[in-house]
Amino acid sequence: MADRTFPVEGTLDLTPARPRENTWLETAHEWVTTVDHKKLGIMYVTYAIVFLLVGGAEAIAIRIQLMWPQNKFLSPEVFNQFFTMHGTTMVFLMGMPMIFGFANYLVPLMIGARDMAFPRLNAFSFWMTAFGGLLLYYSFLGGSGLYGVGSAPDVGWWAYAPLTARAFSPGHATDYWALALIVTGVGTIGTAINIIATVLSMRCKGMTLMRMPLFVWLSMVTSGLTLITITPLTAAQIMLLIDRYLGGHFFDTQAGGSATIWMHFFWIFGHPEVYVLVLPAFGIASEVIPVFSRKAIFGYPAMVAASVGIAFISTGVWAHHMFTIGMTSVSNAFFVLSTMLVGIPTGIKIFNWIATMWGGKIRFATPMLFLTAFVFQFLAAGLTGIMLAVAPFDWQLHNSYFVIAHFHYVLVGAIVFAIFGGLYYWFPKVTGRMLNEKWGKWNFWLFLIGFHVTFDTMHFVGILGMPRSIYTYMPDRGWNNLNLVVSIGAFIQAISVLIFAANLVWSLFRGEIAGNDPWDAWTLEWAAASPPPVYNFSTDPSVESRRPLWDLKHPEDPDWKYE
Amino acid sequence: MDREWLRAVPRTGAAILFFLLLPALAFADGPQSVPSIFAPASTPASDIYGVSLFALAVTGGIFAVVGGLLAYALVRFRDKGDASDKREPAQIYGSTQIELAWTVIPILIVVVLFLTTARMIFAIQDAPKPPDALDVTVVGHQFWWEFRYPKLGIVTANELHVPLSPKDHPEPTYLKLYSADTDHSFWVPQLAGKTDLIPNHPNITWIEPQEPGLYLGQCAQFCGVEHAKMLLRVYVDTPAQFAAWVKNQEQPAVEDNEPEVLAGRRVFETEACMNCHAIRGTAATGRFGPDLTHLMSRSTIASGAVPNTEANLREWIKDPDYFKPGSLMPAMQLTNQQLDEVTAYLETLK
Amino acid sequence: MSTTTLIPHATHAPEQEWSLPSRGRVAMYCLIIGESAIFTIFVVAYIYYIGRSLTGPTPRQVLDVPIFNSICLLSSSLTIWLAERSLERNKIKHFGAWWALTLTLGAIFLVGTGIEWHTLIYEKGLTISTNLFGTTFYSLVGLHATHVIFGLIGLSTVLIFTLMGKVREEHSERIQVLALYWHFVDAVWVVVFTVVYILGR
Repeated sequence: MADRTFPVEGTLDLTPARPRENTWLETAHEWVTTVDHKKLGIMYVTYAIVFLLVGGAEAIAIRIQLMWPQNKFLSPEVFNQFFTMHGTTMVFLMGMPMIFGFANYLVPLMIGARDMAFPRLNAFSFWMTAFGGLLLYYSFLGGSGLYGVGSAPDVGWWAYAPLTARAFSPGHATDYWALALIVTGVGTIGTAINIIATVLSMRCKGMTLMRMPLFVWLSMVTSGLTLITITPLTAAQIMLLIDRYLGGHFFDTQAGGSATIWMHFFWIFGHPEVYVLVLPAFGIASEVIPVFSRKAIFGYPAMVAASVGIAFISTGVWAHHMFTIGMTSVSNAFFVLSTMLVGIPTGIKIFNWIATMWGGKIRFATPMLFLTAFVFQFLAAGLTGIMLAVAPFDWQLHNSYFVIAHFHYVLVGAIVFAIFGGLYYWFPKVTGRMLNEKWGKWNFWLFLIGFHVTFDTMHFVGILGMPRSIYTYMPDRGWNNLNLVVSIGAFIQAISVLIFAANLVWSLFRGEIAGNDPWDAWTLEWAAASPPPVYNFSTDPSVESRRPLWDLKHPEDPDWKYE
Repeated sequence: MDREWLRAVPRTGAAILFFLLLPALAFADGPQSVPSIFAPASTPASDIYGVSLFALAVTGGIFAVVGGLLAYALVRFRDKGDASDKREPAQIYGSTQIELAWTVIPILIVVVLFLTTARMIFAIQDAPKPPDALDVTVVGHQFWWEFRYPKLGIVTANELHVPLSPKDHPEPTYLKLYSADTDHSFWVPQLAGKTDLIPNHPNITWIEPQEPGLYLGQCAQFCGVEHAKMLLRVYVDTPAQFAAWVKNQEQPAVEDNEPEVLAGRRVFETEACMNCHAIRGTAATGRFGPDLTHLMSRSTIASGAVPNTEANLREWIKDPDYFKPGSLMPAMQLTNQQLDEVTAYLETLK
Repeated sequence: MSTTTLIPHATHAPEQEWSLPSRGRVAMYCLIIGESAIFTIFVVAYIYYIGRSLTGPTPRQVLDVPIFNSICLLSSSLTIWLAERSLERNKIKHFGAWWALTLTLGAIFLVGTGIEWHTLIYEKGLTISTNLFGTTFYSLVGLHATHVIFGLIGLSTVLIFTLMGKVREEHSERIQVLALYWHFVDAVWVVVFTVVYILGR
């Protein structure tokens, strides 16, 4: 595959790279001060991978504690910090940087641009996100950190009021949570604005909106959704800090305030947030599946419409997280309907991916293995979501391990699988080398097995009545064996992720040289060198269809004849 | 891909599934220690079970069809590995008819599922309250449950007694849910779906249990450090059992004049215990902790954390953090003699 | 090849003008959308808590409708529009005058808000911790005032550049982007004013 390069005249910079004689300090300075979208993208993704490992370690600690009933591996205080930090880390310090890192790197290349619309804003946003994460983790050292258990947030990643009030959380744990996320939120908004401005204002000649790669469409839709998703959380966290520090009463039930209004504000953020996380995974799927099926994506306009539809509808489903709080039956019914409706455009996407594979010539390289599993697992996750949308069923399943199983099916089974696929797919473009294919297959199969051992089992332990957020459980409830199995799956996943990390590092130095187009793909990023020079393309490209490189490779049958 | 071991997967998978589902096969009728949502013993839970099976059937069917098509595509349209054949397959860009078809069919499925669900929501949430229903007021605390029977003048904690409500002669129990501090959630899976206890936001739930016995549950909304040990025990009593229980609970505390017991009572009343706890018939009227008037009628202490034995009770009073680290009951630094005495006193509160 | 298209043969489609929206404008609209979401949450909280304070002064008791302040702020939208038009016609001195007037009107609004708050705190006993009304009032009006401050910083920076003679007609686009922010701040005031001083009293 590495020899499938084809020079596209005028776009590739074929001059050999000058051997660089930078000192360590000069290299560090270059990276710290860079405004180049590719370097920032790499830093975002690296940051995300580091926190994947940290969040994963927290998960392993949680699973060791829950392997047996009445276990004493973690105290309740530490356990509560770990599950709070696990969720907060994976969403804000792994998921968000990962998707914005991918977008940062790929969007300008895919639209034939030289950089993002606002390179300095790009750098500022990255560093805000990075420092927010460091502030969050400093909490482990704060308070009694060096002697006791620290002040890491311990109120659940959803931080319900009034548990977060000064009266019930007197230390600084909640403050770290609110402040760190406000800081990362500023970074996120900056990047979202940047992506939208880039996509709308910097496309190369001929690339109309309906000719952009779907990954670009989904990055733009994600960024638009982000603007109205993160901001409610920022607002609510400001209100929380006003309550905690200025004597405010937003969530002070003693003063007539409302605990449920926090829930509304949080989930008005929280639900669209999971769509912010999953839409880029859809984008990755829509790029990888066609290339490895050797067919154009089926139903491009429908995919665009479905993506926009999902974004809009997702803003109206939030209270399905609140079916048990005592809303009126009419309110509950409304949110049942909206939640089921959002499943329709989502299903349409799944059907279109299958239709893309149908009649194709499917090659199961590592990226495609991950994205195939993605489709199966996302299908299952969506269907357990429909089960949860049936409010009376949710009255039993809410806050049980069934819900944890459902959302990990989406977050890990769909999103992390798609991200791994994307990393294997674009690593050659970013570094010029292939990730080792044999280790890739070990990574995939171990992760698949571990994932299913853990999360398939977890559905059942929820059905048997085990609630979430508990540091231990009674031995007579019939949950013992299932918890042990869940934990074993977690260890298998951990090994798989370590294999990936090792593959990443090894391939950076010893991977097979990739050339500019190792997968025989069709979008503009594959016309640039691997890695691309700092200016991306030596002349501005111009396109006439959705797959400019297909047109070039198949001049007898170009796409623009059919679009 | 190696085919041989693939064939062993279904068999292994079935074996593993059976092992895992063994506990879940406790779908028996009636109370059990496994609080399975698929073993309902009371009306809202059994209605929910019915609609859950319907939802499972619909989603299972969708999974079979779509998953089956995907699996078929993966096998049928694989690259056969023939390196000489470099042709690309026919490029199909889309089909408006197909898109319409697989938009309309899901919409129809959603309509059916939504109407079924909505009907069940209204049936459970808006069920009219019968005039002879038993009223119980539940107040959630960090990390214990307070139960009051306003019409019967009973106050107890952590272990709820409700009457049997057979189909021919229903006697539902209506629970009003309040919170004294943070959010909690009342969840006894075999009896009903969960309902939250939120300060400044009273809620209502109801049950009509049809099999006598003990049902287990626990708090289902993270409420602080000992959320995990805020357990629930609901005793569904036959009419005779319930009447006997009520009669006992209505009495003030048992008076015992044995010297060690009297000494214990003095410890109780002077070592600040009565600031938090109430014992009806004595000067202790504290409301911050559980009512102890009939402490010995309960089978567990510390909201289900440990069995109610003399040794456990003594240990609990000595240092609550031993069983429930982070519990809001402080250790009062009692001497061994004081501990013996106060335990002896509490042991008389049947 | 000098102008390389990615398609080796001559393009079959007629040469179309390729024009894309200005990135500054797009970015400002995005920022406005995000900020609107934040304000919406604070407005929703304000409306939800109307009449729910358990104690303390009510809006009717302590709030005076800030007519003068509002007129100042809203007319500053007019003056900034006039400034934009002046710059488009390269009338730098007029631009500077209208711009300075906008800044002044905005500053008057801010000072007026400060005076209102001083009265409320020291004479009428309403602070952020007094009751639900106090909390939501100061939060919402304060959030708006913060945005006025950000706007004034931007306006001042441009004024300084103007006085240094560095602003010319080719900077119209950027000035208009900044003015868009100022219009947004004014539009938010219309909403806040309606909710706090009309609806809530």
